[in-house]
Amino acid sequence: MLKLTNLIVSIDDKTILNGINFTFEKGKTYAIMGPNGSGKSTLAYALMGHPAYQILNPKSEIRSSIELNGQDITEMEPNERAQEGMFLSFQTPLSLSGVKVYQLLQLAMNGKKDPLQIRKEAQAYAKELGISEELLNRPLNEGASGGERKKMEVLQAAVLEKQLLIFDEVDTGVDVDALKSISTFLTKYKRDKTYIVITHYNRILHYLKPDQVLVMINGNISKIGGPELAKQIEDEGYESIK
Amino acid sequence: MKSTRDKQKEDLNFDYKYGFSMPEKPVFKSKKGLREDVVRMISQIKEEPEWMLNVRLKAYKIFLEKKMPTFGPSLEKIDFDDIYYYLKPTEGQVNSWEDLPKEIKETYDRIGVPEAEKKYLAGVSAQYESEVVYESVNKELAKVGVIFCDMDTALREHEDLVKEYFGTLIPAHDNKFAALNTATWSGGSFVYVPKGVKVKLPLQAYFRINSERFGQFERTLIIAEEGSEVHYVEGCTAPIYTSESLHAAVVEIFVKKDAHVRYTTVQNWSTNIYNLVTKRTHCAERGFMEWIDCNIGSGITMKYPSVYLYGEGARGEVLSIAFAGKGQIQDAGAKMMHFAPNTSSRIVSKSISKDGGRTSYRGLVQVSPKAKNSSVYVSCDALILDEESRSDTYPSMKIKEDDVEIQHEATVEKLGDEKLFYLMSRGLSKPDAESALVLGFMEPVTKEIPLEYSIELNRLIKLEMEGSVG
Repeated sequence: MLKLTNLIVSIDDKTILNGINFTFEKGKTYAIMGPNGSGKSTLAYALMGHPAYQILNPKSEIRSSIELNGQDITEMEPNERAQEGMFLSFQTPLSLSGVKVYQLLQLAMNGKKDPLQIRKEAQAYAKELGISEELLNRPLNEGASGGERKKMEVLQAAVLEKQLLIFDEVDTGVDVDALKSISTFLTKYKRDKTYIVITHYNRILHYLKPDQVLVMINGNISKIGGPELAKQIEDEGYESIK
Repeated sequence: MKSTRDKQKEDLNFDYKYGFSMPEKPVFKSKKGLREDVVRMISQIKEEPEWMLNVRLKAYKIFLEKKMPTFGPSLEKIDFDDIYYYLKPTEGQVNSWEDLPKEIKETYDRIGVPEAEKKYLAGVSAQYESEVVYESVNKELAKVGVIFCDMDTALREHEDLVKEYFGTLIPAHDNKFAALNTATWSGGSFVYVPKGVKVKLPLQAYFRINSERFGQFERTLIIAEEGSEVHYVEGCTAPIYTSESLHAAVVEIFVKKDAHVRYTTVQNWSTNIYNLVTKRTHCAERGFMEWIDCNIGSGITMKYPSVYLYGEGARGEVLSIAFAGKGQIQDAGAKMMHFAPNTSSRIVSKSISKDGGRTSYRGLVQVSPKAKNSSVYVSCDALILDEESRSDTYPSMKIKEDDVEIQHEATVEKLGDEKLFYLMSRGLSKPDAESALVLGFMEPVTKEIPLEYSIELNRLIKLEMEGSVG
């Protein structure tokens, strides 16, 4: 479904990802772990098309590319990628002054879903996630806690019905209860969606049960394994797999 | 036959009736340039009482003596000798839609104005449905003693009231443009609300479609008696085109004890206009004045609505939005003068500049000795959309009393790449993301504007944003 070929990504002329080759299959759940600075968030941003992250094509090497469902999306704008079904749940979701989540969702759906329907769904999902009505009616994330912000990301993904979801540390800065409601929610609505879960901790993986765990070190995928790899990292650290 | 309004609803899916205006299409023009005989002629044509002629003549002399403002954008291109000072408007004029400048026609098209309205805006059509609306509204108002008419009518029919208040708050010698207005004024609104009367519906200048309201030198006078309430709305979001280059209005408002006046302006003059306006309120004990001022159009605007808080416990607010695009300078702000104890003022200014436009916040807050226990809040935020654009802040505070609470916040921000990326990652196109952020930035002010206007204003800003950035 999502195929990365020799993906080389740099920011401010510093190369972060050093030629990643991997294919994410439809309907599966992937965990991406790795020490700080190993390039996990860079991968998330590059997949979503952040303009500051440049995809490089060094001469005499295989072209650096991202393919989604057989379509080359390497040059696509973030909004075009979103329309192809991609979604990025941000590590630090921003707050937007004067823009409510309803407005954002309405603009994002661009007429494909009735505004009333959007409101109804958002309210229902909010209830499941434990987001207060009051927070929904505020400008997005204004005065919201870390956990509330993460929940709001998950809610947006659900209303927008995205198929390929990248969660950049959706479990960081989230208390036990919030983690539980987020995980339960994601499990419930998993269906045939593809999840890429970037995390430092095994605890979210207890809920989400990844099919594969990828370990990134220095901008490369250095190890691929099953859930037991996450456990090993939790117990012994990254040193053990270097 | 479908009524125009039904058609509008079909075409626009929201009610456009509040947003229209009509440029003056004169059949009679005075000679170019301002001389004493022109001032006399204006007064004569209007068959004014002698005292008004004298007010005009005195103001004319002051205008000649007064210097141009020493602050703000350059006004040296204004050629006072190249302006018609009196245009007599008329009905049934035939003027061609094709004669309007291309960009104005295009904007109408893009806003989605139905054909009938286009003609109406262009001054081609002489059918004024609104006249009927105005008549019935006025009938209701008259029952409770509210007077709402144009200034020329007011001078004929309510001379005593006009004489009592006219020019007492903004005298001719206040500034050169106030003098010019006093000498040459035509049109504008007159509103009188008797004691204790609360006018529920906003009074809209639009209702007076057939009068001289869009003269260049309009003069507005609002008197809200003790305990009364009124909301007055002027302007519209559809661009107003006039071939004349100077608009110098004067607005005087008297808020009596416990009264509440809200004055909303949405200004979208075409960009060839110098918009130089003096607006002031006299606020008595526990009176409350709100100016909501949105400046989108004009080439250069200089406007600083003020509130003179004379009575104990009086409150004043100015909420403003300024949008400066290519070649535009919006020099806007507010003036709050605290003369009595327990008075409070609040200024919230939001400005946006793009494509080389310039916005300035220019504000003065003065607290006199004895204005004890007063509070002042000033917040001015500027959003700059690109490298060529600019925003400046000139806040001035003269505080002569110690027992005062003062808060002042100012921010300047650029449209952040991270916010744009966030919105685009949700599926919004870049222009949509940009306008969402700009509209969000303005929201604290737009939420105070009547819904019909804020919808139009948001549409207009979106239009301004399109194809501009990115």
